[in-house]
Amino acid sequence: MSATATMVERPPPRARGWPRPRIAGYALVGLWIAFGLGIVAYLVLAWNPAFFAKYAPAYLSGLGVTLSLVAIAMVLGAILSLPVAYGRMSRNRILSGLAYCYVYFFRGTPLLVQTFLVYYGVGSFRPQLSEFGIYLPVFSDGLSVARFTLWDFFKDAFNCGVFAFALNTAAYQAEILRGAIESVPRGQWEGAASLGLHKLQTLRKIILPQALIVALRPYGNELILMIKASAIVAIITVYDLMGNAKLAFANSFDIQAYIWVAVVYLVMVEILRHGIEWIERRITIHLKR
Amino acid sequence: MPAQSLWTLLSWGPDGWLDDIAYGALVTVALALATLPIGLTIGFFIAYAKQSEEPSLRLAANIYTTVFRGLPELVTLFLFFFGVPILLQHLIRYFRPDATIDVNGFVAGMIVLSLIFSSYASEVFLSAFRAIPKGQYEGGYAIGLSNWLTMRKVILPQLLRIAFPGLENCWLSLLKDTSLVSVVGLAETLRNAGVAARVTKHSFLFYSVAALVFLGLAIVSSFATSAILRSLGRREAQR
Repeated sequence: MSATATMVERPPPRARGWPRPRIAGYALVGLWIAFGLGIVAYLVLAWNPAFFAKYAPAYLSGLGVTLSLVAIAMVLGAILSLPVAYGRMSRNRILSGLAYCYVYFFRGTPLLVQTFLVYYGVGSFRPQLSEFGIYLPVFSDGLSVARFTLWDFFKDAFNCGVFAFALNTAAYQAEILRGAIESVPRGQWEGAASLGLHKLQTLRKIILPQALIVALRPYGNELILMIKASAIVAIITVYDLMGNAKLAFANSFDIQAYIWVAVVYLVMVEILRHGIEWIERRITIHLKR
Repeated sequence: MPAQSLWTLLSWGPDGWLDDIAYGALVTVALALATLPIGLTIGFFIAYAKQSEEPSLRLAANIYTTVFRGLPELVTLFLFFFGVPILLQHLIRYFRPDATIDVNGFVAGMIVLSLIFSSYASEVFLSAFRAIPKGQYEGGYAIGLSNWLTMRKVILPQLLRIAFPGLENCWLSLLKDTSLVSVVGLAETLRNAGVAARVTKHSFLFYSVAALVFLGLAIVSSFATSAILRSLGRREAQR
């Protein structure tokens, strides 16, 4: 028996020569290489120091606008997603119905429509919005007090973008949070209860540490989706990365305006994607066998 | 301008805007439906390449998904809409120097959306491929089916059934992404609602109507997909 056990069958030798998939694969990779070289060649040939000197600073400031918009919207959305997720998991019919409608609306309609609804639609309520005002101290030529109304907030395109994005991402983040919390088995709640832990304590010390590991990847995907989606605020006249590219293209009619912006977005997304994968590998090290 | 009631604005006919928005909704649905078969086909072949044993094929497919999932949809659309005419102009200058090229918004939207849709759908197909045991292929070969016949008669029916829920999500995001094509001038729901909003100064009303149209489309497609899922489940049970 032991003699036959040593007779291990070898895996079949790797296919040699040129089977059809290999021809197709080499052809496609060649196509990609040609495409990449074509773009690089175009950028080299069309290299225009004046273009670069004129628009590179604008692109950098646009990158700042994009990143701050996404960061503010993500944080506000995370805060707003807590009550929504609570409502979704609540046993109260009315509460869960409301939360469900909120999530359904924001996930069922395009972000572009929501952004337009805020940016253009809120203008319909200008008189009403101007009524609500608070007095805030202002530092200009000494301390004075100025009245700020809701309209002052909504007339700025950047604020409208942040508002719409925060509402939108809150719906998605609420679903992520709910899914993550529900992925923790019920026994964990019961075990904690039998140890005499309070509900909030259970959530903080037992449920969330397990849920957040599950939630990391969806949260990362949501961040990437937000960065990609943030390009649409260029349409409501915010000069973010895409907005500056639009401006550069409109002024110069040079397609490299969009090629550069595509490269920047691609690099940003790839860095984030690999960063999230690295973090996930790090924090799930104790789960690996 | 006489004060028009909201009902007049939303009526069907020359005074109201409902017919324009309904026409826009039709364009939205047509664009999404025209994209679907192209996107599904490309997505399937990308997934097929990704699970092949040939490293170069996998590499080519991975570059495809990395690029089209990493780029914002709007950037892809603008690159295509403004870049391709320039490229074609350079090419066509060799044959007919005085020809000019105009890209149709519908066609540009269709191509760009199928690029994006296919890269997301390929991930769904790939995980479905991985869920099918190897024995299914071997069984197909064992009864003398060719490579292609095994794929078509044995693997594909199971693959579609497994991939269906994921493809439903892709379809919903495709439906939402069609609104982006309004930016390059295609007269679909959002664009027509925007025109109505600009003319009548009732922005909130008309953008809400556009939102409701998209919401309605999402609800209708969720009903349709649940009906398809039920019938798929019935067939599964009968086997």
